[in-house]
Amino acid sequence: MPSVLHVSNLGKTFTLHQQNGVTLPVLSEINFQLEAGECLILRGRSGAGKSTLLRALYGNYLPTDGSIRVRHAGAWLEMVGAPPRSILAARRSTLGYVSQFLRVIPRVSALDVVTEPALARGVDPEKARRRARSLLDNLNIPERLWRLSPSTFSGGERQRVNIARGFMVDWPIFLLDEPTASLDAANRGIVLELIAHAKKRGAAMIGIFHDEAACEAVADRYLEMGAQPAYQKTGETKYACGTNFQ
Amino acid sequence: MTLSAISFSPETAARQFLPVSDPDDSMPILSVRDLTRLYGPEKGCQNVSFDLYPGEVLGIVGESGSGKSTLLAALSGRFAPSGGTVRYCQTSGEWLDIYATSEARRRQLFRTEWGFVEQNPRDGLRMGVSAGANIGERLMAQGARHYGDLRAAGLQWLSHVEIDPARLDDFPRAFSGGMQQRLQIARNLVSSPRLLFMDEPTGGLDVSVQARLLDLLRGLTREFSLSVILVTHDLAVARLLADRLMVMRRSRVVESGLADQILDDPQHPYTQLLVSSILQT
Ligand SMILES: Nc1ncnc2c1ncn2[C@@H]1O[C@H](COP(=O)(O)OP(=O)(O)OP(=O)(O)O)[C@@H](O)[C@H]1O
Ligand SMILES: Nc1ncnc2c1ncn2[C@@H]1O[C@H](COP(=O)(O)OP(=O)(O)OP(=O)(O)O)[C@@H](O)[C@H]1O
Ligand SMILES: [Mg+2]
Ligand SMILES: [Mg+2]
Repeated sequence: MPSVLHVSNLGKTFTLHQQNGVTLPVLSEINFQLEAGECLILRGRSGAGKSTLLRALYGNYLPTDGSIRVRHAGAWLEMVGAPPRSILAARRSTLGYVSQFLRVIPRVSALDVVTEPALARGVDPEKARRRARSLLDNLNIPERLWRLSPSTFSGGERQRVNIARGFMVDWPIFLLDEPTASLDAANRGIVLELIAHAKKRGAAMIGIFHDEAACEAVADRYLEMGAQPAYQKTGETKYACGTNFQ
Repeated sequence: MTLSAISFSPETAARQFLPVSDPDDSMPILSVRDLTRLYGPEKGCQNVSFDLYPGEVLGIVGESGSGKSTLLAALSGRFAPSGGTVRYCQTSGEWLDIYATSEARRRQLFRTEWGFVEQNPRDGLRMGVSAGANIGERLMAQGARHYGDLRAAGLQWLSHVEIDPARLDDFPRAFSGGMQQRLQIARNLVSSPRLLFMDEPTGGLDVSVQARLLDLLRGLTREFSLSVILVTHDLAVARLLADRLMVMRRSRVVESGLADQILDDPQHPYTQLLVSSILQT
């Protein structure tokens, strides 16, 4: 399978200027690559930097060191230092990000929230809406809610709308930050099916799952994070950094 | 489940069979270099440089008095800077230096390829003529004379901005603030501009009206793939509408980049202060 993502020597240190310039070295010397159809699971204690890594891969956090190369539009795109429009282009067609929380936009209906990523990619609107309806239906969102803004939905309903949106498009690379957290068993099973289906079609995935059964069901490899400090940058922080492969 | 070890040499692997893409393959629509206009030390804007690309929405954020409106006025050709250049890439592909060209050409741009949405709709509308006449003005300036066409465009644009087309002959003063703002947007967009400047477009409106206007603006910028420069002090508005942000403080741009990255992982001490003081709820 072709390689779709190369991360080398990735580092991320937060500098908190509001708090006397304290530095938090969260990621350092992260190295891995990912092939199409592969699923890499990020593991580590709370605060180990799992979400930080996913956000850095999506261009939402700015890495301090290293390189993130994404196979995008037939070429390698270096995400670190890329201009905003290149990152947005990669997000439109290559990188899908599913977090635990839906960012609600006022007045936009659940159906439109779900359809949007496909429209942004230029998919035929009628076809896009058909897929959105079937996803919402699969995820057990009652049809009477489709026309409403998710601002009034329950936590679980919002999360399922978020997942429908995340799986609306056949992303070559999926970034999944605890997509099954706080879902009931039936809905969790549906999400795992969506993941398995996307993998089969050749999508590469990087995921964080707190529940072991979900990990077992989808993982090909694990990346242990924050296990042993590779090196300590400053004396004043207690945050371990570094990464070990298992 | 197999836990395969990863053997990886970053240098060779990343280069395998694919070229590294060159992001700078398209032309900017606006190119700004060292733009400066100061009213006093750190009052106004100085040394601002950036390129705006077609379809991009650039947000300018920063505290009151940081120079956002001054910068926008200098960018949009409203008053000459004391230094620097603003160049516009015309439909023909030729560059136009905004402050080196004639007043007549500048004015023609304002009425056709550019639009400007004022914070106060009263400054951007003609209050003494009907909604329909407000919308038709740019079309007439472009040579449209046929009464039926102008009326049809007016009706179409009122419904585009979600105003009841039956209000076509009403005067703007009979409209609510939110409706006036939407009328101002219609009046600007009717000539299919390529570049739109907006100074606090939702500033004077209450929250529910704001949400509706923002949703409309979001849709319109995408539908017409407009390039937009938007001044706002409201970071939620910036997050919703902007692709990119420039953060201003005391006349200087202190940080710029992808909008959600600036808001979620700000680097400059001032941006961290701005984000933490406004977004923390
Ligand atoms: N925007 C930010 N600014 C400053 N520090 C941050 C920021 N985002 C994350 N951090 C810090 O980075 C560290 C890693 O956080 P992260 O959210 O990546 O952990 P995680 O491994 O996903 O944990 P969890 O399992 O609890 O979700 C934490 O100490 C966190 O406080
Ligand atoms: N015509 C003028 N004459 C003198 N000083 C001016 C003039 N216009 C603006 N200034 C000063 O320049 C500075 C920047 O003003 P500007 O209107 O650009 O700020 P802003 O960032 O838009 O603020 P706000 O968010 O309050 O609208 C301020 O200190 C202002 O007093
Ligand atoms: Mg996390
Ligand atoms: Mg202002």
